[in-house]
Amino acid sequence: MNSLTNKLSDIQEQLKEYREILLANLVMIGEIPAPSFKEEDKIEFLLNRFKEAGISENSIDDCGNGIGVLSGSDGERSILINAHADTVFSSKVDHTMQVSADSITGPGVADNSLGLAVLATLPYLLKELDIELKSDLILLGGVRSLGRGDLEGIRFFLDNNEFDISEAICIEGVELGRLSYTSIGMLRGEITCRVPETYDWSRFGDASAILTLNEVINKINDIRLPKRPRTSVVMGSISGGSSFNTIAKEATLGFEVRSESEEVVDEVGRTIEDIAKEVSSKTGDDVELDIFARRKPGGIPYAHPLNRCCREIMGSLDIEPRLAPSTSELAALIDKNIPALTLGITKGSHIHKMNESISIDPIYKGLTQLIGTLIAIDGGQCD
Amino acid sequence: MIDLQKWIDENTYHHSQFWDLKKLVDKKEKLGLTISLCLPTLNEEKTIGKEVIIFKSELMNRYPLIDEIAVIDSGSDDNTLEVAKNYGADTYLAEDILPHLEPKQGKGENLWKAIHQLKGDIIVYVDADISNIHPRFVYGLVAPLIHREEVKYVKAFYDRPLAFSGSVRASGGGRVTEILVRPLFSLFFPELTAIIQPLSGEYAVRREVLEQIAFPIGYGVETSHLIDVHNKFGLEAFAQTDLDKRVHENKPTQALGKMSFGILQTFIKRAKALGILEKADHETILRQFQVAKDQYQQNKISIVEEERPPIIEIEEYRKKFGK
Repeated sequence: MNSLTNKLSDIQEQLKEYREILLANLVMIGEIPAPSFKEEDKIEFLLNRFKEAGISENSIDDCGNGIGVLSGSDGERSILINAHADTVFSSKVDHTMQVSADSITGPGVADNSLGLAVLATLPYLLKELDIELKSDLILLGGVRSLGRGDLEGIRFFLDNNEFDISEAICIEGVELGRLSYTSIGMLRGEITCRVPETYDWSRFGDASAILTLNEVINKINDIRLPKRPRTSVVMGSISGGSSFNTIAKEATLGFEVRSESEEVVDEVGRTIEDIAKEVSSKTGDDVELDIFARRKPGGIPYAHPLNRCCREIMGSLDIEPRLAPSTSELAALIDKNIPALTLGITKGSHIHKMNESISIDPIYKGLTQLIGTLIAIDGGQCD
Repeated sequence: MIDLQKWIDENTYHHSQFWDLKKLVDKKEKLGLTISLCLPTLNEEKTIGKEVIIFKSELMNRYPLIDEIAVIDSGSDDNTLEVAKNYGADTYLAEDILPHLEPKQGKGENLWKAIHQLKGDIIVYVDADISNIHPRFVYGLVAPLIHREEVKYVKAFYDRPLAFSGSVRASGGGRVTEILVRPLFSLFFPELTAIIQPLSGEYAVRREVLEQIAFPIGYGVETSHLIDVHNKFGLEAFAQTDLDKRVHENKPTQALGKMSFGILQTFIKRAKALGILEKADHETILRQFQVAKDQYQQNKISIVEEERPPIIEIEEYRKKFGK
């Protein structure tokens, strides 16, 4: 391990030579819109990059995932590197990326165009750095990950692939230092309140889907959550109504229940179901609960060799590990009992806004930690 | 006049014909050609970084098609030069090139000084304000020069309809092209109407041509190039490539007025020198463009401006009003 950590500062320095290659990939990937379920163009770009890097084993699976296999010298082990291809932005949004001296700005640049750009550039970088792995490296650009995509892409791949994956790393554009190795229990859904079509409009002004939703929100807020296991309800988005002076006919809340315990998630889920029914019967409005994503808690322990090894690598690069559970692709890997980590590549700001931005300089460190972890896994240091 | 439709069919390309960059680089190296990219700038910090990154990564590091990327600046007061330099472009202030000459302000000055400063046998000029920059903006223009020795000047055009139904649609350039330049060319230089977008700011040219033509400093540079190269080498020296869509800031009508004024000055100067102003009476065909299937066709419209004399000269009129 010591010899590896000594090598890392050289790798970090060498990587600077390939800045334009990575950033050009980032800009080109970032400018291709890819909302969940419409990632084809981005995946096609990724596959072209794989082909140019001489990866002959590359294909798009039935779900739309882009896959490339970089064969190792003995191929006894298969390591999966994954980055989700979708972003939260609609195709209608202007996806122009703007490059300044130290940052790149544009919708989706951090989540997750940078992650995908790293995936697209990795074969080139490994070749240029003369790093030849023994293990096969499976590069997966996963589709339908976010929101209603609900990890469909990676789950499809994991259910149908023929590789015997020993470890996996998920790449996210931000935040450098992120080290996720556990998945948290989660339930994600929407509550939509509607004023029924048969509503008696003579009841002037005292009905509104927004008021009904407000009632729902208050009741969810009143749910007593346990301190242990740690549990929270995130009310993440709200939409409804159409103008200042029209009664809102529809209002929707997007929420997520997160807990270290699967039972607590289920219990809070049932309580929210009851709330929906109760508010519906009291107000006469339709209150519809749609739960479209669930995760089970799990993961590898803090002391797992993969985890320990990665922390050592981060430490040697002066990266402060920020341990946080994840509900992203890591959860799908955990469900399949594959030891896996999620790593961030650089620092970012205004995530999920039009002026989403990433810093260029920390990328080298982020890349070095990724390559270092790969070498360590490949060398059996994480077994 | 040569058969323009034949010329258009044989000399009009689409960038996708040249996607195989490896093949292009091999041919370039076999021919021993060197290629320089010139990006003329004035306050372009928002777009210059991206242009340099993309060209350097794709056309120098991955596929060594171009040998140098140079930003030639007219004296920006923003960070254009710092950003360009940071990403590995060679940066120059126009006034520092040939410093003993009295400095002039304008894009044409930068393009002209680039010939002295840059080393390439071919120079590609690409405007620095393109927000959807892509390697095709360079390889699409350079490729005809690499593949065909007789071609000396390759001009870009942009033609990607957003929505289109029916079998024939109008095509062509921007407002100044269609309102000013195309009518002028139809009148005085009908062969040049074969160039679909005479004012596009992206072109690749052989040094042997660049060193023989004058450069207006301002808006007239593209127009003058076409007239001068046509005069010296004929239409056979040109080719044009469709680079799909180009996204840049739209200019207000007043700015187009300034541009047109500059172009007119350049045009009249050349038309006078070539003694062709008198020919105006002979041409009454306006040549515009349309696309049918994948073929660019000239749409020839006869517009004869007939006139009536002052009505006082008509006998019946004079009789009726007792004049």
